[in-house]
Amino acid sequence: MANSVANSTMRSMRVRPYAITGGRTRPRHHLLVETLISVPHYDPQFSSSLMPESQALYERARETTSIAELSAHLTIPLGVIRVLLSDLAAAEMVFIHPTGYSYAYDQNILGRILDGLKKLPA
Amino acid sequence: MDSRNYPPDASSLLISAKIVVAGGFGVGKTTFVSSVSEVAPINTEAWMTEASEDVDPVDDGTGKTTTTVAMDFGRITLHSDLVLYLFGTPGQARFWFLWDDLSRGALGTVVLVDTRRIAESFAAINYFENDSELPFIVAVNMFDGELYHDLDEVRDALALSPEVPLTTCDARDTGSVVKVLQELVSYTMNLQLSYGV
Repeated sequence: MANSVANSTMRSMRVRPYAITGGRTRPRHHLLVETLISVPHYDPQFSSSLMPESQALYERARETTSIAELSAHLTIPLGVIRVLLSDLAAAEMVFIHPTGYSYAYDQNILGRILDGLKKLPA
Repeated sequence: MDSRNYPPDASSLLISAKIVVAGGFGVGKTTFVSSVSEVAPINTEAWMTEASEDVDPVDDGTGKTTTTVAMDFGRITLHSDLVLYLFGTPGQARFWFLWDDLSRGALGTVVLVDTRRIAESFAAINYFENDSELPFIVAVNMFDGELYHDLDEVRDALALSPEVPLTTCDARDTGSVVKVLQELVSYTMNLQLSYGV
């Protein structure tokens, strides 16, 4: 019983992702799982104009959140999250934060990471 | 980055970094991540529909383009403007295609090894030695605080190159895990200096 419920959920999820991205599979921006997303200027009207998944993303990103956390909390596949967020970013409604990789993990960034790790309570 | 929509406020300065935690099934990756994460590790049955892959996602009869994968990750706020994420790779070898995705953008990898089941971690070491350019170190997880073999023996058993740092840890102990992370960051810094990246 539990199994058949799980199966039917799986089946529906198999189709849905590509439906909500309009069949597109490639985001315009490269979004890493750790990339942070935020909403610089929240617009409630814009939010209400969005499809449910994009709206959920937009609302959730009002508090700066990583792609992986968005995917986990909203149970939307990473691939879909990337496409939808990249649309929101193209519309300049969300901000894609740089990651350490954007700075090629230079000595300054790594030094700050090391410094932060040294300050953690053991 | 997109400078066009760069927001004016200070929160835009928040950046993230990533460390990958790899190793075979049951070597303690989840424990390792839990020991340092400020949130309960998020074990997401993430739906990795590989929409970004160069494959036709439309049903090929096998139904294998959509896979459910348990993926653990944790978070550590290091500074008000810097967050470190730890991502555990899926242990099962059939999810290697996800390792590329998880590894991209990381500063390095910790490969965890359990000496009681050393073969579990061969695949991960092989991957990071041959198929990835990420700096990696190997940490032997001592589940009961004891090391049953010396590190030289472990290095031999893993056929690990001499330049790859090999250390020990107790994945349950926060201080011990933090030390491993520090070793990895220092190693990455030194590699950069020596190769003049």
